[in-house]
Amino acid sequence: MTDKLLYRLNDVSFSYGRTPVLKDINIELRKAKFYGLIGGNGSGKSTLLELMTGTLPPNKGRITYRNKRLSTYSKLQLATKIALVPQHFSMDFEYSVKDIVLMGRHPHIPRFSSPSTYDHESTRHAMESMDILHLEDRPIVALSGGELQRVVIARALAQETEVLILDEATSNLDIHHTISIMRVIRRRVKEDGLTVIAAIHDLNLAAAFCDECVVLKDSCIFASGTVNTIFTKDLLQTVFTVDASVQSNPETDFPHIQFRY
Amino acid sequence: MIGSKPLFFIAVLFLILCASIILATGMGFLKITALEVIEILGSRLLGHDPSAINPTFPFVVMEVRLPRILTSALVGGGLAVAGAVFQAILLNPLADPYTLGISSGAAFGASLAIILTLFGIIIPPWLSIPVFAFLGAMATLVGVFSLASTDNQLSSNTLILSGVIIAAILSAGIGFIKYLADEQVSIIIFWLMGSFVGRTWADVLTTSLVVFPGLLFMLYFARDLNIMALGERTANSLGVDSSRVKKMLLICASLITAICVSVSGIIGFIGLIIPHLLRMVLGPDNRVLLPACFLGGASLLLGADTITRAWLPSEIPIGVLTSLIGGPFFCYIFRKKQLAKNS
Repeated sequence: MTDKLLYRLNDVSFSYGRTPVLKDINIELRKAKFYGLIGGNGSGKSTLLELMTGTLPPNKGRITYRNKRLSTYSKLQLATKIALVPQHFSMDFEYSVKDIVLMGRHPHIPRFSSPSTYDHESTRHAMESMDILHLEDRPIVALSGGELQRVVIARALAQETEVLILDEATSNLDIHHTISIMRVIRRRVKEDGLTVIAAIHDLNLAAAFCDECVVLKDSCIFASGTVNTIFTKDLLQTVFTVDASVQSNPETDFPHIQFRY
Repeated sequence: MIGSKPLFFIAVLFLILCASIILATGMGFLKITALEVIEILGSRLLGHDPSAINPTFPFVVMEVRLPRILTSALVGGGLAVAGAVFQAILLNPLADPYTLGISSGAAFGASLAIILTLFGIIIPPWLSIPVFAFLGAMATLVGVFSLASTDNQLSSNTLILSGVIIAAILSAGIGFIKYLADEQVSIIIFWLMGSFVGRTWADVLTTSLVVFPGLLFMLYFARDLNIMALGERTANSLGVDSSRVKKMLLICASLITAICVSVSGIIGFIGLIIPHLLRMVLGPDNRVLLPACFLGGASLLLGADTITRAWLPSEIPIGVLTSLIGGPFFCYIFRKKQLAKNS
């Protein structure tokens, strides 16, 4: 099993100034799994993702990636292994959709060289899978919010990394695109061995697509495990203070949550 | 990603610049034809005397006109490139080379030098107005960076705000110096409006020693600059150390601005209008945009300086001219673009 281990976080803590954001986080993440990161607003989800992309160093504890400290990797090395879809994205310059997606190839293209045929192919492939190929020559500033979000995800897919980190990546999308995009990503997990770590607000979406979930509450890990063990009436009551019933769906093999409004 | 169309465009801009240098050299009180200019330049380079040409022409070309023309081209190019870089780094299309208050710093330094001479304090010639202006600009840069350094990521808002604060303080200082200068205030005002009168080969040399290495440095980071348009977090996740690149390029662009201002005074609009115009034609890719901005800015400022030197009955300050021509033209372009977008 150890060869499939990607991330190991040991007693990781982080604080902005004096405000603690994460306390004593211990988790292990393995290859080719779809991880969901859930928790209320301000529970530290985004910060945990920042720590895992290596943008922020932890104040305490250690993060290892493939048994090497995360901080020993260079920015460019990490860029070939971990891709990020941030929560917010805005752009004032008139790059075309294709230009933006091709930027995902940046870590693979040496300085002063042109993109290879392979770079163009994987750019095209990523656009196809996000259903934006028909927009490829459109300027990015002329897109709707949902289209823009698909461009950003395509950019991360074109990066062709073994880890994909999604920070509420589908929150701007309509239900059709949310489901089709999650399917595409899910398929990459299954077929290409991609590892996905996604902060997700929609619990039913998390239950449907994730293998395992990590639940954050008050800067700590409240629970982690497979979706069937995580999503219980009690947990939803404690973590989110909502009244909900959870039914296991024998047809689909994942829990279905119904909220009491 | 660079196709043949942008390269062709850059080649055209380069030819335009060469042609305008030669044509501008011929224009003025003494008319010299383009062929004669080329012959004079050729004979200088090859080291033999031009035979059939009026003997005063080589002097006029080599010692009077060419230094001024080359300085104006270098300053125009430098300001345009610096403007493009500032816009790309601060992710703000309104940014120009003076956003961080460099112009105010240079103006303060220059005013200080002028007032000291007016008060009879003799400044050694090597510490002339340009040197003071350059030091003023550098001190401003240090001030702005130390004020903004409380923010580790050097966000655009912090930088722009720091620039505005420092510039406001310096403007008050300049106002005070103008007040002290009393009736002699016109000397300061004229310097501030910019001029290329009496530039020498020394100016050409010092400017090019900063502008050309600066341009190469920026071109080296042009692709990182493109990636940084995606935002700090995404740029980092793509392997670009954005806060380091940002800092280095800001310092580089500011150095270019400082040398340009100290050589010529404050010339507005070039750094704003050229990057905008060229971005409309060529798109935002900095690997194409930066060299195009240098060539375009050089041609434009050289053209404007030639108008005031050779066409107008009496010279008007170049800074005033660029804003007078550039402003309305920019309004026209801006309006046309907005209308095209809405239709």
